[in-house]
Amino acid sequence: MNLLTFKGGIHPPDYKYLSKDSKIKRIEPPDFVYLYLSQHTGVPSKPIIERKDEVEIGQKIAEASGKLSVPLHSPVNGTYMGTVMHLHPLGGRKEAIKIKVNKEKNDPFKAKARQDISDISTQKLISIIKESGIVGMGGAAFPTYFKLQVPPNKKIKDVIINGIECEPYLTSDYRLMMEKPEEIMKGVDIIRKIIKPENVWIAIESNKLDALKNMKSTSSLFPWANFVVLKTKYPQGSEKQLIDAITGREVPEGGLPFDAGAYVQNVGTALAIYEAVYFEKPLFERVVTVTGNVRHQSNFLTPIGTPFKHLIELTEGPIGEISKIINGGPLMGIAQADIESCVIKGTSGIVLQNQKEILKRESSPCIRCGACVDCCPMRLLPTELYKYIEINNLEKAKELGVMSCMECGSCSYVCPANIPLTQQFKIAKSKINRKSK
Amino acid sequence: MLRISPAPHITSKVSTHTIMWSVVIALMPAFAYAIYLFGERVLLLTLISVLSAVLSEYLFQKITKRENRISNGSAVITGILLAFSISPNSPWWLPAVGSAFAIIVVKQIFGGIGYNIFNPALAGRAFLTASWPGLMAGNWVVPSSGTLSGLSTQALDGITQATPLTLLKVNPAETIAQSLNSSLMLKALFFGRVGGCIGETSAFLLLIGALYLFIRKFADWKISLGYIGSVFVFSGILYYLGKTPVIPLFHILSGGVMLGGLFMATDMVTSPVTVKGRWIFGIAGGIICVFIRVWGGYPEGVSYSILIMNIFVPLLDKISEKKIFGR
Repeated sequence: MNLLTFKGGIHPPDYKYLSKDSKIKRIEPPDFVYLYLSQHTGVPSKPIIERKDEVEIGQKIAEASGKLSVPLHSPVNGTYMGTVMHLHPLGGRKEAIKIKVNKEKNDPFKAKARQDISDISTQKLISIIKESGIVGMGGAAFPTYFKLQVPPNKKIKDVIINGIECEPYLTSDYRLMMEKPEEIMKGVDIIRKIIKPENVWIAIESNKLDALKNMKSTSSLFPWANFVVLKTKYPQGSEKQLIDAITGREVPEGGLPFDAGAYVQNVGTALAIYEAVYFEKPLFERVVTVTGNVRHQSNFLTPIGTPFKHLIELTEGPIGEISKIINGGPLMGIAQADIESCVIKGTSGIVLQNQKEILKRESSPCIRCGACVDCCPMRLLPTELYKYIEINNLEKAKELGVMSCMECGSCSYVCPANIPLTQQFKIAKSKINRKSK
Repeated sequence: MLRISPAPHITSKVSTHTIMWSVVIALMPAFAYAIYLFGERVLLLTLISVLSAVLSEYLFQKITKRENRISNGSAVITGILLAFSISPNSPWWLPAVGSAFAIIVVKQIFGGIGYNIFNPALAGRAFLTASWPGLMAGNWVVPSSGTLSGLSTQALDGITQATPLTLLKVNPAETIAQSLNSSLMLKALFFGRVGGCIGETSAFLLLIGALYLFIRKFADWKISLGYIGSVFVFSGILYYLGKTPVIPLFHILSGGVMLGGLFMATDMVTSPVTVKGRWIFGIAGGIICVFIRVWGGYPEGVSYSILIMNIFVPLLDKISEKKIFGR
């Protein structure tokens, strides 16, 4: 079978077998949850409650402020303790709403079910999605309502639902596709109603054929859906590479998917949209894979704001000593300074590495093997770029396309000389961005 | 204590060490056969060559207070390749001088591994050829031991005194060409039953080693195919035009085309990083090689053809840059 794919990429061992059979399990909430005001791309949310207020599960506790902002909702029943500076999984300490969980009052979220959504207007759908605090759940956490407002001069030909989950270890999207196929597809149907594309593609990698089969079993209800299998390769789930693989169109440099007539949304986000529209349930919980060096490989349905520590305890802890905790997958995820960091809307998984697994990078000179050139999904020349960045020639680096680098980590992964390529490109990009401001 | 470092947090198992030592392994079949074919002197010369290369690198790094990188195996490759390109009849000091030159002048002075412009072994060979032409081009032995291809020694007596290529250069008579083009000769070349440099005799065993590197992606088959393929095609054209009396198959099997095309042109450090650049590098190198063989002053053109192409690597990389995604 000739599978769709893009040029380049890498084949790291995927370790998905560890957690793929762990069914989604709703967890008992921790003693405290911390909801960062900034957990999406865009302006931080603004708290709308007073200290000592009792809050209910699903209650709006912070509102959107500014253009690219979304509200926050309490994931638990409890008491608002004020805002604190708390360790953020993406780095640094950030302001967060602290809620003490009321363990006596464990009523679940009161869903208001809608049977028929056909009379809801597009505008209303978008505003429900905004009010539900939905952001892209594949990692980037871009506000979904904003993405759905396609400029009138852009025509979306293809909607792609991203069930690729190409990062090693992570299985949260896979579990959703195994357990909630119809719900996901109903969410996709809502996106379809808003965007009105010519084609809707459900994209799944060839290492998850059971998920594909499961999703396909709903196809009599959703005859408009095209199910496509993509080659198992990292970073197949990257937006630009996915659009290229399926439609053959490239998103222009510096452009957005709609510039290539495409719209990509992750399966988890589609499910969140479904729950928001059919049950008025805002986004206050998500599936988080907790895997790697833990006793019980898990997929937890986790209240947003749950400290990593709590999740790690629920897996009955690591085997031996943990050396690294990663928010996200091992290729793009962020190493945590402490287990106090909390789950955000974009946390798809937590990977624990032991002493043996952690990298001790000692780099040696480039031997020009060209592995980075072959694998770069953006077709950059990492080996050349690195040379110019080393001598701080950012102009030349820009010319060679460093701003197109999406920091997927492929070049650093393959480099036999262990040169920190991705890491240096990240620094160069932020330097260039700072300069242009 | 948790460890913090930027992503990615995993890496492939392939390191510079893996690549270099794999090349050493890939050279072993041809090495073992050379010992069998020419006797234990081959072992001695190769050991001296490797020792000289490694020691030169060690001393240079020590004296210039650079990091010791001996263990990556790249100096061992240089030592073996240099020994492979001298006659089994050479005096013991020849590989010692050649390897020391290759490592110190060609590799370390340019900055050590990754920074050299020329393939060290090839440049070392060129240095020896220029300095001791008599030892490098007229000092051949008749293989003494049995054969892989099942030929009798008598059958080839007339042509194994010198290497087939030297013979061709010195005496391009019709009868000579005829015997060179015979299937017996070609078979002897393929399996390695002719006079020649230590490592250049058996195309078959070199191919087996290279195949291992191609599969592991430690050498790019595109360079080798480009190089050997273009020697074949270009010499074929010249054969057809009557400019060379020997058939293209003889050209690719004789001399250093296999060793050079499979193991020297594919040296990562001194070849382009882009796919297009690698094709051009290989194909142009092959054409230059045939040019030297047919019209040049030397019987063999492999080393100079690759050295010339080494110079063009930065340019080839530049002109064959890929189109950036979305640009």
